[in-house]
Amino acid sequence: MNKDLLVYIVVASIKIFLVFSAVQIMIISMIWLERKIMAHMQVRLGPMRVGPHGLLQPIADGIKLLFKEDIIPQKANKLLFLLAPVMTLVPALITFAVIPFGDKVKILGHSVNLVITDINVGFLYIFAVSSLGIYGIVMAGWASNNKYSLLGGIRSSAQMISYELPLGLSLIGVVMLTSSLSLVDVVNAQAKLWNIIIQPIGFFVYATSAIAEVNRCPFDLPEAESELVAGYHTEYSSMKFAMFFMAEYANMITVSAIAVTFFLGGWHGPFLPPVVWFMLKLSACLFFFIWIRSTYPRLRYDQLMHFSWKFLLPLSLFNILITGLIMVLKG
Amino acid sequence: MTNVSIMTFNILSILPILVLAGFGMIVLLIDVLTSRKLGEKNLLAYLSLLGIVVAAVLSRSSIGTATFSFNETFTIDNYSIFFNLIFLLSTGLTILISHNYIKREEINYGEYYALLMFSTIGMMLMASGADLLNIYIGLEVMSISIYILTGFKRSKLISNEASLKYFLLGAFATGFLLYGIALIYGSTGTINLRQIACFIAGRGGGLDPLLILGMGLIIVGLGFKVASVPFHAWVPDVYEGAPTAITAFMSVGPKAAGFAAFLRIFMTSFAYTHHEWQKIIYILAVLTMTTGNVVAIAQTNIKRMLAYSSIAHAGYLLIALVSANNMGVSGTLFYILAYIFMNIGAFAIVIVLSRKGDEFIQINDYAGLGFKHPLLAIAMTLFMLSMAGVPPMAGFVGKFYIFSAAIKSGYVGLAVIGVINSVISVYYYLRITVIMYMKEPAREFSPLTISPLIVAAIVISVVGTLQLGIFPSKVMEIAQRSIFTLK
Amino acid sequence: MEAYLFYIMAAVSVTAAVYLVFEKNPVFSALYLIQTMVCIAVLYILLEAQFIAAVQIIVYAGAIMVLFLFVIMLLNLNIKEETKNALPFQKIPAIFMGIVLFTAICAVIKSKLLQGKQGEYTTAYVNSVGNTKLIGNLLFTDYLLPFEITSILLFVAAIGAIMLAKRKL
Repeated sequence: MNKDLLVYIVVASIKIFLVFSAVQIMIISMIWLERKIMAHMQVRLGPMRVGPHGLLQPIADGIKLLFKEDIIPQKANKLLFLLAPVMTLVPALITFAVIPFGDKVKILGHSVNLVITDINVGFLYIFAVSSLGIYGIVMAGWASNNKYSLLGGIRSSAQMISYELPLGLSLIGVVMLTSSLSLVDVVNAQAKLWNIIIQPIGFFVYATSAIAEVNRCPFDLPEAESELVAGYHTEYSSMKFAMFFMAEYANMITVSAIAVTFFLGGWHGPFLPPVVWFMLKLSACLFFFIWIRSTYPRLRYDQLMHFSWKFLLPLSLFNILITGLIMVLKG
Repeated sequence: MTNVSIMTFNILSILPILVLAGFGMIVLLIDVLTSRKLGEKNLLAYLSLLGIVVAAVLSRSSIGTATFSFNETFTIDNYSIFFNLIFLLSTGLTILISHNYIKREEINYGEYYALLMFSTIGMMLMASGADLLNIYIGLEVMSISIYILTGFKRSKLISNEASLKYFLLGAFATGFLLYGIALIYGSTGTINLRQIACFIAGRGGGLDPLLILGMGLIIVGLGFKVASVPFHAWVPDVYEGAPTAITAFMSVGPKAAGFAAFLRIFMTSFAYTHHEWQKIIYILAVLTMTTGNVVAIAQTNIKRMLAYSSIAHAGYLLIALVSANNMGVSGTLFYILAYIFMNIGAFAIVIVLSRKGDEFIQINDYAGLGFKHPLLAIAMTLFMLSMAGVPPMAGFVGKFYIFSAAIKSGYVGLAVIGVINSVISVYYYLRITVIMYMKEPAREFSPLTISPLIVAAIVISVVGTLQLGIFPSKVMEIAQRSIFTLK
Repeated sequence: MEAYLFYIMAAVSVTAAVYLVFEKNPVFSALYLIQTMVCIAVLYILLEAQFIAAVQIIVYAGAIMVLFLFVIMLLNLNIKEETKNALPFQKIPAIFMGIVLFTAICAVIKSKLLQGKQGEYTTAYVNSVGNTKLIGNLLFTDYLLPFEITSILLFVAAIGAIMLAKRKL
């Protein structure tokens, strides 16, 4: 084996390890932060018992889930029931492979790109992977052999397909401006001006459909506890439930990272090191998620569908049209 | 390579297509904006007819040109113009016969006319495509429109069934076509018809299995669209289930388009390998004619009978393809034109005699028509005689040219089989005439659904059938000038 | 390394395809189909056609198959019906023809009669320009007309979906 390949493998493994641990840590802290922030927004205190200000609460939760009895319903389809949580979590995590989180750095004489891999169809890769995330939920809904679960699964598949279109189209404007599908190029193109300023409509559409895509409030119909008893994960318990939980947060982090990359200038920013900037922007996006959740009530299902097909989709197409027109007029 | 230079394209060359697309959208828009309750929608029919006429005039104006456009993916030559006019004629006649019919059947939606026009666009692309991709897209546009039109009687189970059957089998056949195109691309490295021909000629023989397989799969795909045996199983059910006006359209338009593509692909691209495909088409032609004619004898339902007759006619047209000479091409053009008149005419009469909910499509329902409605009976007799190939009708002249083309290429046996088949077909075509004149009426014929438009369609069909039969020379001359000039 | 990956993926996709046909439960059939699609996407990547690979997953695995699953679940076809063989006469001829076709394909491959033409777009060229850029270039120059006509095709399909499926017009 030659030396370059060896270096490549080592560097890639380290990057994968670092990114994945970072995401895991973020998931854990998100769980605590969400409870705390929401509590304060609702003039409560939130978890206070475990550790200072309930800081160890996620760990306690994790231990609790780990030791709970793992129930598989008798008439459930076992294979799919087991596979479903994994199928939800994995796509959420592997999207990070193409997201650049920092500038090039020099380590031991090697120039290292702070992105796991920079592929020339990065944009399409994100969509390919995120479109696979639906299967986990659908499979969970079906395999549980429970009416509420099935309804949740069906709802989410309809919802996610509907919102995938405006989600993808909203980013097309940015891709047109950058004229590249590589995410590194997208970030580099924003060194002077963030895309959110040139593409406000695109950002609005993206932000809205991203919330729907990860099934968060106010678009959390697939798991609407008041009507569906938690939807697709009604029958899940123990670690498998924890995996769904993690997947939800991982998805949130992923779509936020995409938002940062495409609209908020990626790791660009003054004074602070790039990675810090990236993390700051990411945190701001995640805070936005929590903020929305504690502010808005859930939509009705038909409103949800109408909103996507009759408002967001035309709006995103309009955005592409405008972007194209301006690009042509400016030459 | 960073700057994409978009070349200037000859938009004028696709003007008829653009006009049709524009009229299709206008029809849809007007349909949306006016209330559904009004129910009359005469405007839409007239507007669609206007669109057809404008497209035909535009198409006709470019007779004599022979160029490629759009980077050699689109041809405009006399052959494609002749076919365009054929398609527009068939669509126009279909609109004439449908206007009253869809009102009566309560399927009077604006989409009907729009889809007819869109499918015509597909056909025009098939006839003018100089590129397998264009032909494929044209075929898809045409087929999908017709799948929908087949299921247009939304509340009728038989119509839904027909639509689903046609769609499933059609999608499968299109898959074959696409696979064939892929293999041909793999073998020759191009999908441009002219370049395929150049490549094959340049290699100078040497049978490439990929090419042979690709050709075979294209024959399957197009053979399905023209309803040749053994890819005909869908025809009777679909023809029976579809709204009658659409059955009329289906039996002429897509068939003509299929043959347009068939002739262009096989006589330009695969001209060099004609020994290979002629054998296959020969067998197909014999099977198609014979099956169509023999099974048609046993039919008691007139729509099914016409379905089998349409299979048989596809067989005659395949003879022209086998002969693979210029006479065959012009014979095909002439024959399809004649077939449009006689076939749409026959279906027009079927529509006139039917009533809502009671289609009267058993052949015995025509008993006594000769006494009650002599004019209709005479027209029907004319169409039947023409289809049987009795002189001096259009059908006779068409068959005469096609069989001569076969003899000219040395396929005497095939011509003989064709003649024998024509003789067989006389039996079931004449049976209708016999029933109309020799039997006592078994039912009341009134009230007939007569409207000026459908009368116009019947008159045009009668005139066309007679004109092409008695004075064929003028049209034949045009057809002879419409062979492939660009190779 | 690439050759090994090819063989693995080819084997997996063929196995999944076989299961797809013989599986009694339609939900599993659909899942096997997804597996086949993903394997094919990997094969595209091995051919350095990243764009097609991504689109393959987005369109087939991500959109079409979700709708498939959606419909299957909505109909709840998970009851294992006793499928009776509706085409008893076709079984033996079908097997026979399949064997003939298979031998023919093997014979052709072995005979080295295949002489496909090398296209003008070599891997090196495609990679130097970029997959997506090249496809976009071709779509807007050489294949502009079919590309634009596709819009009519999609329009017609949309009309059809509404016409045939909408309960009340």
